[in-house]
Amino acid sequence: MVTEDTNHEGGQVKKFLYLNRRAPHGTNYAQEGLEVALIGAAFDQDVAMAYTDDGVFQLKKDQDTSDIGTKNFSATYGALGDYDVTRVYVELESLARRGLTKEDLMPLVYEDEDDDWEEKPLIRFVSEAELRDIIEEHE
Amino acid sequence: MLHTVNKSPFEKNSLHSCLRLSKPGANILLLEDGVYGALKGSDISEDIEASLADRGVYVLGPDLKARGIHDDRLIDGVQVVDYAGFVKLAVDAPRVQSWL
Repeated sequence: MVTEDTNHEGGQVKKFLYLNRRAPHGTNYAQEGLEVALIGAAFDQDVAMAYTDDGVFQLKKDQDTSDIGTKNFSATYGALGDYDVTRVYVELESLARRGLTKEDLMPLVYEDEDDDWEEKPLIRFVSEAELRDIIEEHE
Repeated sequence: MLHTVNKSPFEKNSLHSCLRLSKPGANILLLEDGVYGALKGSDISEDIEASLADRGVYVLGPDLKARGIHDDRLIDGVQVVDYAGFVKLAVDAPRVQSWL
């Protein structure tokens, strides 16, 4: 039986917060971090994502790596909602420091099973103070 | 002289050091994560704007495109170059200094 505290294997479900602080293409951190988070979510872990510092660049829309010869993994962020990762936080101060606004980010969505599968925005924009509390709440 | 910077100015001080230690008349090319330094309206954009008074600032187009940054988001005066433009900047310069 699946409860809030155990998954279908009977193991403990931990509340994971993946803190993403690196830009997407110069290093592997962003791509591998996303893959680890999605694998955890596929194994019924409670996964939340937070994007701060250069991590906000990971969610920039219109990324196109065709001229630098690497995989454009930015499309993979669209799978977060499908893997029930519905808490995706982006820190507003980090956006502003980089000359970005909310509208610069990919319009990610998820289907809310508690609301007749209505499509809703996935990204929750939070202040530095709110992110501080979110980090404190997770294991 | 050509200076190249491939690190984000919001994570490392490579661009800051390059601006501090390059001389008037030098060219600066931003590439890879360094291209984020060319964004208009950021915390560090004033430093680039100041350097444009006596230095050339270039940014590599394919790296901008990969990161979803369109030309209209760049600091005025920063010039976009392709790979051929990068080669020409390097060939035309007596020396190249990489700020890693």
